[in-house]
This record gives sequence, C-alpha cells and structure tokens, in this order.
Amino acid sequence: MQRPVAGINDFVVKFANVNGSGSASANALFAKSVLRMGVPVAARNIFPSNIQGLPTWYEVRVTEAGHLGRRGGVDLMVAMNPQTWDRDLAEIEPGGYLLYDSTKPMPPSKFRSDVTVLGVPLTALCNDKYTQARERQLFKNTIYVGALAAFLGMELGVIEQLLAEQFAGRDKLIAANVDALHTGHAYVRAHFQPIDLQVRRCDQVGERIFVDGNTASALGAVYGGATVCAWYPITPSTSLAEAFSEFCEDYRRDPDGKARFAIVQAEDEIASIGIVVGAGWNGARAFTCTSGPGVSLMQEFIGLSYFAEIPAVIFDVQRGGPSTGMPTRTQQSDLHAAAYASHGDTKHPLLLPRNPAECFEFGALAFDLADRLQTTVFVMLDLDIGMNDWLTDPLKWDDARRIDRGKVLGPEELEAGAEFGRYLDVDGDGIPYRTYPGSHPSRGAYFTRGTSRNPYARYSEEGAVYVDNMQRLLRKFDTAKSLIPAPLRLDAAEPTGVGVIYFGSTTPAMHEALAVLQAHGLHLDALRVRGFPFCDAVFDFIAEHERVFVVEQNRDGQLRAMLVNEGGVDPAKLPSILHFDGTPITARFIVAAISERMDASQPARIAEATG
Amino acid sequence: MTYIAKPKMHHPMLAPNALGFTRRDYEGSVSTLCAGCGHDSISAAIIQACFELDLPPHRIAKLSGIGCSSKTPDYFLGNSHGFNTVHGRMPSVLTGANLANRDLIYLGVSGDGDSASIGFGQFAHSIRRGVNMVYIVENNGVYGLTKGQFSATSDKGSKSKRGVLNHEAGIDLVSLALQMGASFVARSFSGDKAQLTPLIKGALQHHGAAFIDCISPCVQFNNHAGSTKSFDYVRDHNEAMNRLDVSMPRAPIHVDYQPGATTVVTQHDGGVLSLHKLAEHYDPSDRVGALAFLQERLARGEIATGLLFVDPMARDLHDSLGTVDAPLNTLGDAELTPGAAVLERLNAGWR
Repeated sequence: MQRPVAGINDFVVKFANVNGSGSASANALFAKSVLRMGVPVAARNIFPSNIQGLPTWYEVRVTEAGHLGRRGGVDLMVAMNPQTWDRDLAEIEPGGYLLYDSTKPMPPSKFRSDVTVLGVPLTALCNDKYTQARERQLFKNTIYVGALAAFLGMELGVIEQLLAEQFAGRDKLIAANVDALHTGHAYVRAHFQPIDLQVRRCDQVGERIFVDGNTASALGAVYGGATVCAWYPITPSTSLAEAFSEFCEDYRRDPDGKARFAIVQAEDEIASIGIVVGAGWNGARAFTCTSGPGVSLMQEFIGLSYFAEIPAVIFDVQRGGPSTGMPTRTQQSDLHAAAYASHGDTKHPLLLPRNPAECFEFGALAFDLADRLQTTVFVMLDLDIGMNDWLTDPLKWDDARRIDRGKVLGPEELEAGAEFGRYLDVDGDGIPYRTYPGSHPSRGAYFTRGTSRNPYARYSEEGAVYVDNMQRLLRKFDTAKSLIPAPLRLDAAEPTGVGVIYFGSTTPAMHEALAVLQAHGLHLDALRVRGFPFCDAVFDFIAEHERVFVVEQNRDGQLRAMLVNEGGVDPAKLPSILHFDGTPITARFIVAAISERMDASQPARIAEATG
Repeated sequence: MTYIAKPKMHHPMLAPNALGFTRRDYEGSVSTLCAGCGHDSISAAIIQACFELDLPPHRIAKLSGIGCSSKTPDYFLGNSHGFNTVHGRMPSVLTGANLANRDLIYLGVSGDGDSASIGFGQFAHSIRRGVNMVYIVENNGVYGLTKGQFSATSDKGSKSKRGVLNHEAGIDLVSLALQMGASFVARSFSGDKAQLTPLIKGALQHHGAAFIDCISPCVQFNNHAGSTKSFDYVRDHNEAMNRLDVSMPRAPIHVDYQPGATTVVTQHDGGVLSLHKLAEHYDPSDRVGALAFLQERLARGEIATGLLFVDPMARDLHDSLGTVDAPLNTLGDAELTPGAAVLERLNAGWR
C-alpha cells in the first residue's frame, strides 16, 4: 500500500456535503478552530446554483506557510454525500485519507487501496443520542468535527470556545453541541490512532482576521459614506447588499432610530443603476452591487454616467460567464464589460482588490474617486474573494480622513459669483465643477443630459464642440491614473528579463508560484495591477522586460488585451496564462504553465514539486 | 436642434407672485416642438401651476426620459435643475434623486412610449414604491420623434395616419397607476388648461406618488379622423368627473359651488383641494370604485378626466424607509463614518 501522506500544518481537507444539510456552519467551525490554533487556513465553498439537495463542497487548506491560494488536490476527504462518492474518492491524493459515515457497510469496490479509510458510524452515533430528525441531521455535522479533531490532534478547548461564542446566550445549544463534539472525538479516540496529518499550535495568524470580501466591501461602502444603495439579487453579489443593510442597522441609525441610509431592492439591475445615477446626480453617495449579467443590463446608464459625468459606484462580484454561465463559480471575466461599458467611446476606472482587506480599502476609496472624477467607478471582486472567508489583514481606518466630495460649487461659492460652466475645464485636469440641485435660487442650475452639449451644458451637435468635450473626457481619464492605487512590484532574487502581471484573487496563488519557481531557478519580476486606467509604472515594467506573462482567470486574456490596447504593447511580448474553469486558480497550475514556457526541459519535474 | 434662449425682457407690469417672481421666471428656453403640439400646452400649465403656488423654481427638480415629451423640461422652469435621462428610465433616476434629497419637489415628465412601452416596468415600480413625485405622462398614442409608429397606449382599432389599424390592446396608465397604489391619480387633456392647471397644482402639493395622464394630441402624426387621441375625438368623448380648485395652505377656502356638491380635501402639507362634483356617484376617495368606474367608461369609449383618486394622507418612500429628516446628501463624516474604534471591534469579531 501507498505510504500515507503526512503533513503538519500543511494539508488540504475537503468536505463533501449535501446543500441545505446544515454542514456550512460545522465546516466553518473546523476552519476557524485551525485558525484559533494559530495556523493559517484558506477556505473555499464550492457550491451549485441550488438551495437544497445538490452537492456542495468546502475545501480547507491548512497552511502554516500562509499560502492562501487554492492548492488543488485533497489529502483528507470528509465524504458526507453518497451522490458524489465516486468523484470525491477519485480526487484524493495517493496516500490520502477518506473519512466517511460507516453506519451502512460499503462494498470494498467503493474504496481505493491507496487511500486510508477512516470509518466513523456517524448516523448510528446520532440515532443513539437523538430522536428528532433535525437534531440527527445537524448534530451529525458537529460529531464529524469532533472526529476530525481527534484524527488531526486539534485542541477541543478551542472548538468549545468557538461554540460558546457562536451560540452566546443560548446555553442549551452550547451544551448540546459540545456534547456532540465529544461524542465524535471519543469514538475516534477509542477506535483509531491519530493520523499523519496533524494540526499543531503555532503563531502564524497574528492580527489577521477571517472575513469574506462582500462583507468587507459593504463595510467599505459604509465608511466611504454611501447613503443610497439600490440592488437586485444576483449570485455572488447578494450578500454584499445584505451586509450593507446589516451594518447600516448597526451604525447608521440616528439617536431617534431614523435611517441615515436608503436601501431599495429594485425591480432589476437597470432600475438599480438608475437609482444610483439619480442619487449621484443629486449629491448622495450611491452604489449598486451586481455580477456580470447585471453589468450587461446596466450598460446604457453607465454610458450616461460617463457622458453626463455623474458619480456612481458598482461592485461587480464576477462569476463564470457568458450569459448565465456558471453562476456559482469564479472568474475574472468582466474586465472588458466594465472597463469599456456602454456604446460609443467610453472608459471607466476599475479597482482590483486582491483580498477582503483591499475590498474594504477600495470600497471606501471608490466613493471618493467617483465624486472626484464624476463618473462610474467599478470595484471588481470575484466570487472567490466575495463569498469566501479569507485570512486577511485587519481593516484599518484613519479617523482624520475626510470624505472628498470633489469639485462642487456650493451656495456660498455661487453667491460669491463663481463662474459656473458644468462642463468647463477650469483647472486643466479635465474635471469640471458641478452643483447639486436646489443649491442657489438663481445660479448653478443646468440641464443634465446624455446628449452632446457645450461647456455650459447647452445642447449642441456642433462637431468641434463635441470633439472638445470628448477630448476633455480623455484628459479626465488621464487624471484618473494618478488617483488609482498604484501597482505593487515584487522583484525576483536575481535580475531577470521575464516578468509577470496579475491581479485580484490570483494574488495568493501567484505569490506561492513565484516562490516555487524561484526555488527551481526560474526568476520572474512580478507586478500586481490594482486598477485601471494603468499608470506609467505598468508600461515601464513591461518595457523593462523581454517577456511578461499575464496571468488571469478568463478565456480571452482580457487584462492582456487592455494592456495591449491602452499601452500600445507588442502582443507577442505578453504571453497569457489563463485559468477559467470556474475554480480558483492554483499555484500548481501557474507553476506548470510558466515553467513549461520558461524551461521546456523540466516542466513536469517542477510542477510535481509544488504538490 | 440648437439651444435658443428666450429674451429676458418682459412687460414691466407683469404681476409677480408672493416670492416676487413673474410667470416669466418659470419659463425655460424656446420650445422646438411642432407648432400646435399639445405638449407645449402642458408646459404652459406646469409654468402656471408653479407660479400660482409660489414655488421657488430652484427647489424643483425636473426629470424626463426620451421622446418629444421628455424634451419639454428644457422649455419650462429654466432656473430648476433638469435631467433628461435615458429612454424609459426616468422613474428610477427620479427615485434615486428623491432618496438623496427629500426636500426638493420632483417633477417627472414622460410620454406614452417612454412609460407604457420601454419604461412600463419602471413606471409601475416607482408608483408602487410611493416615491413622492408628480409623474406626468404626455400621452399622444404615437411615437412622434421616430415619425408615427403606434405606441402602447393607442387604443385597439385606432387608425394611424397611414391608415393602418392598431390590433394590440391599449394600455390604460390611469388604471395601472390606481392598481399600483398611486395616491393621487388624474387624467386631463392638453386642450383644457382650465382643468389641467389645478390638477398639476394639486399633484405638486401632494405627498406621495401623484400621477397625471394627460392626453396630448400629436398634431403631426395622430390628429386625423380614426385616431382616438385626436383633438376632435378627445373633445367629443371627454367626460369630466369633477372640477378642481386648489388653494394654498392656510388660505381661506372659497367655495362657489352648490353646497353638497363640493368635497373639500386637505392634503398632507395643508394644501386644500376643493372638488366640485360633475358626475353623479363618482367618489375619488374610493380606489376600488374608481377602478371599476373607469373600466366601465373605457369600455364605452369614453375618456373620464379630472381628479380620479386621492388619498390626502398617503405615505411616501421616505416614510416607509424611516429616513432621517435631513436630506441624505447633506450628511457628513460624523454621521456617516463609524470610525476606527468600531472597526477595531469588528476586526476582533472576525478572529
């Protein structure tokens, strides 16, 4: 038999469950318990477009080294779903483990000779203890957490503490869960030895927090001063609006209980962005959150926001496209739909956060940028960042920071006789001054429209007037370069002519891959792009290198096309590394793809070494 | 089309209102619509209504979609902010604007293509949300800017200028507004300014979703024999349910009509509606009754006009959402940003 895989604080556990069985909280409990022992985890939900009955998985990478990307492969499968048994079994690495409910005997043909089988009679244990069907269902989950704790050498006290926090104030529930936890733990202690995968207390988590990107983005919107939110439910963005709503309940009620916010669940994405544009026009900070199909529907309004110069913020939590695509899978495939949204010549700033901490930072920043630039600003999350809990830096806020409303002429300035031309480029940065409706009895009113107009907002179809305005919009976009978060560069240990550009949720897998490649003598300088328009540093980086890989999670190399398009870069210089099957990209994938192209003689060896 | 500003000169004896504004101060630029267009009469009625109500022009926000009707906000209230949005989507933009600043008066101007076809959904949803607004549809049953196609409010059997019969059922926006919960519903005719102006005044004073369907014949494309939206047809089939007088808050109520035939309704802001009944058995406080009555008249080919329904104490979207009294667009850092200490507590909860 194959030697069992061994690992201390470095292995992957995958839970195969049935949607709606209550497994999610037990699985999260497991992940958080590992974290509380000071060991970093990367946890990901893999779920279908379904409420109850279909298969769902939860993958936890235990990683003392702090590799937060998906690793690929499974060392320990917790197989709780008979429907997916065969594929779950097949996914286990040679020498891995299978934990299953052994209440009903399974024929030997259902196992693999190179996998260690850990049979725990979960149903039988439940049936002995509980009489109600719902109890049997829910506590079975807690029992397997107890069993895992025993196999993996985890501290029960840590799990008990988490249960106490989770069910604070409901002592009966705490006691019942602790009891179930001990039931699973005691059974395994009585019947098995601990396995070679072990969680051992260390101190690698530090101050970091464990939160999902949608929640962090919603909080960013609260801190960024958003008062109006209009949205339409769509996976994977729905929890962003819901989190905003909860935060507003907690932090945006005045002493009389009145709301310092207005949230409308609109009839569709068109109305959502319409409400946002109306609120932005009238001087409130407003946003919507959506995914690709919503961005498709919003195109016309985004063009209006661009041309009439109205602030708006859109959080696009990207999923697998096109069309309905893979609604519960992740991709970075809306870059073009967002960056060049709407008919005519348009361009829109994008912010590209890499994790929930940046979701918060960029979420708040987006509102300043939208006001400053008087246009739609996109915050481009994806399902991986948006819906999964990530170990991320604590969220930070500087109390000295003030909301930047950009160029607004208020009643005092208007009264003092400030010259006002709504589309007049007074400062040479392409950004005109605006007024809020109702500011002054006789000054500052203008007619906003999506049609061509002169600098004083008067309708005009004169060619020269139109061209001037379009050129000014380009100047404004140029100004945006200095406001968008700058790219971050990581240089290789040795000088190299090869670079790599990446962004967003690819980051942890990319960083892990860089370390592996470097260990094998393949050196790459790396640049993480954090927004669009690209500033000069991005094109300087490309110019400095002979060849720059562009790694992204879509089929068509959308970021690469934008680099070629915006910077006049020779496409041959930018080979694409593309991952778009709907699962988060892995270091293994990147290493294999890059090493194959950099060192054709030994890709297999290097790729293998990452496992 | 080019922008033509109106000359600023006016007759020195032009009477000012209580704010010192003359009627001219409520005008906009010169209309570019066809001579005789019903829409220009509606613009004139809007100007008259705002002037008579002493509304500060800058406290009104006028919004529209796309189409002939949606161009008109340029032709009235030149000192008000205006927003000519995208086709069929004025209601959502108005909703957002209203959420941002509850203190302005929102006047949405739309047409039958804008509201009954491409924007049918937004029309219905803005009304069911109870957005505090005046929503006027300048209804001519035809697409004017694209030269004469039927719109969704064209009656079945109505004939186009080219002689084609409309075989699709017409949408009655008034019935729909009633169903969707509009709290002020009226229908009028651009050719009857005496009826229309008080209706607009009543709607402007109303707190809640006020809807006015104003039949406004298209002189170019829908004013021929066989059309049910022509001047002649509407005059012949117009049946006014009531006549409305609107007085200012706290102004003495002056009733000229026979006692018993006049209903006095005080709206949310104190404005008074005096309704002189013209049709027997019509009760504008009865939503269900109004719906049945209107269906009956519609089936007979009659056009019931006047104030068809009013709920003077309606709630609006802000009431439903419980928003603060101060406009949301005036809130600052202290009211909006919870601060670093709160963030520390939240961080602790995610460990």
